Amino acid sequence: MMTQIFKACVSGLALTAATAVPLQAADMMTELGTGEGAVSIVAWPGYIERGETDPAFDWVTKFEEATSCKVEIKTANTSDEMVALMNEGGFDLVTASGDASLRLIAGGRVQSINTDLIPSWARVDDRLKDAPWHTVKGTHYGTPFMWGPNVLMYNTEAFPEAPTSWSVVFEEMTLADGESNKGRVQAYDGPIYVADAAMYLMAHQPELGITSPYELNEDQYAAALDLLRTQRTLVSRYWHDAFIQIDDFKNEGMVASSSWPFMVNLLKADGVAVASVIPEEGATGWADTLMLHSEAAHPNCAYMFMEHSLNSNLQSDLSVWFGAVPSVPEACADGSGMQTAEGCSENGLDDFDKIRFWQTPVSSCESQGSCVPYYRWVSDYIGVIGGR
Amino acid sequence: MSDLSSNAAIFAPRSGPLARTVDWIIRHPRMFTFLMVLPITLWLGIVYIGALIALLIQSFFSIDEFSGIIVHEVTLKTYGELLRPYNLDIILRTVGMAAAVTVAAAIVAFPIAYFAARYAKGKWKALFYIGVMLPLWSSYLVKVYAWKLVLAKEGILNWVFAKLHLTWLLDGVLSIPVIGGNSLSVSYIGTFLVFLYIWLPYMIIPVQASLERVSKDLTEAAADLGATPKQSFRMVLFPLALPGVVAGSIFTFSLTLGDYIVPQIVGNSRLFIGQAVYTQQGTAGNIPLAAAFTVVPIVIMGIYLWGARKMGAFDAL
Repeated sequence: MMTQIFKACVSGLALTAATAVPLQAADMMTELGTGEGAVSIVAWPGYIERGETDPAFDWVTKFEEATSCKVEIKTANTSDEMVALMNEGGFDLVTASGDASLRLIAGGRVQSINTDLIPSWARVDDRLKDAPWHTVKGTHYGTPFMWGPNVLMYNTEAFPEAPTSWSVVFEEMTLADGESNKGRVQAYDGPIYVADAAMYLMAHQPELGITSPYELNEDQYAAALDLLRTQRTLVSRYWHDAFIQIDDFKNEGMVASSSWPFMVNLLKADGVAVASVIPEEGATGWADTLMLHSEAAHPNCAYMFMEHSLNSNLQSDLSVWFGAVPSVPEACADGSGMQTAEGCSENGLDDFDKIRFWQTPVSSCESQGSCVPYYRWVSDYIGVIGGR
Repeated sequence: MSDLSSNAAIFAPRSGPLARTVDWIIRHPRMFTFLMVLPITLWLGIVYIGALIALLIQSFFSIDEFSGIIVHEVTLKTYGELLRPYNLDIILRTVGMAAAVTVAAAIVAFPIAYFAARYAKGKWKALFYIGVMLPLWSSYLVKVYAWKLVLAKEGILNWVFAKLHLTWLLDGVLSIPVIGGNSLSVSYIGTFLVFLYIWLPYMIIPVQASLERVSKDLTEAAADLGATPKQSFRMVLFPLALPGVVAGSIFTFSLTLGDYIVPQIVGNSRLFIGQAVYTQQGTAGNIPLAAAFTVVPIVIMGIYLWGARKMGAFDAL
């Protein structure tokens, strides 16, 4: 009996392993046919809205009316969930961040796209057209969707003047209100935050020779961890969930933390005295790409949605809704939605060059041959938070 | 002889495939039992045991230090990783919390259960059951978030302490190293309080059930024989109620051991086993280490249940 169960399990595992073998990327489409009547999208929560959360925010209904492609949405909370869902299959599009997109391309889960079939491709921000998180060897694997910075959010009562450096969350100091920052600052509870420490060191310890915060050799990595250990003594709780951070700024007396414009906007709307800034060291950030599954069942509708994403109220309204920056700069001011030029610059439009976009740290890196891979960031960051 | 008589009592076979199948099943009661038990056995066997075994197999693989790819060769390396200081911290932290919560739950639950079993009658008994069960009917997340607000630095509890001019007391408690912190909601004390609240009903109910079974005559007899209330509690009541306490502790201990939501919302961000499993398998893609972490509570609970069975806990469930 036991051996039979064992055999069954082993064969089950073998089956999973077999399906996990990278698939050959499908050939790029050369012409667009008629819609298949449906398109299913894996997206971040809040990314694909059809007016159900708030009637003012709807960029799906019109698309469905115009193309007869019914949009199905599957939300995912982390990049890893997105990769897992795409590996499972059955979806057409995914809004992948930079720490997932290259994994999807390497795994053959997404296909290259023909930009000639997307008339509005020309409207895409020139800085994003050939971005390395969706373009490999000159081939495009998706259309840029939305991007934004991880800003420094601060309480305007504790900081009458905007802080100019991330040092307020990395080093102990006395703030303008006469009290220490100890126990009043937060940091992100994700291993990717090691990059924020590395970015800080790029400016403050140039002798380490860090060129990219996502490509660290052993010495640079050790220095970043040391900085994070100092930070641990200042941080009472790391933030993980956007709404818990909002609550901590309201009820826990937090005055400074890395954050997203999303939380800054919600807190401001609630009348909390906060503001955000991108300090002199720069900021890390995220840039999402709409990517097409290599075995998409509805490629025509998917192409139509990619076009729709660049040429409708989507870019404008979504950037208001999510506190992000449109990938089509015109959307900031062309009245296609609610976004305004001021809103765009508030969300970070002019700070593109200061932003180091998220990418997965890998062991074979471009800048110095051998780097510390992501899975070590995970276990070491657990150690740092645990007080080691 | 008996064969003959039973054969005579059986009707002649009926026609039709369905009728014949029914007859056949009736004539083979063992087969009938087998068919009835088969689905649940398959369910347990494949879904439960199968998943556990698949997990166990994973924990004997390892992750390649350089590429981060899983190496499908049997090794104990991953278990060795569990012994690294920061992983050992996670295990000890979780077990310590589970033990503290269990002991505290037993102490708090006992008088409540005793009152319910001995003094509450009729309407009061119904009220007791509703009072104990009510928290279980509302959403777990709602309760945890509510506690976060209660314990926050600018929350209700702090306000109460300030109104009573007892802020010094709270600050004193929070300044205790390790378990203290900047406020209740970012300290181990806070995590402990929330766990205690959330799992308390699971302790009260079995203790109450076991106390109901202790006859009032026994404590009265002890008193008649000259035992002080303290003595009759220690030598009569408590030993007889112990299986209930142990049964309750199985719940509080194992539930705390596996929880990964409370310490994320209330606490100081230091990981517990459940969270470690979640991060390792989710963000890190280190499934072997996640599997090895999962084995830890299984082993601990195995030992715990074995001990609990020795103490007769399963009679009180």
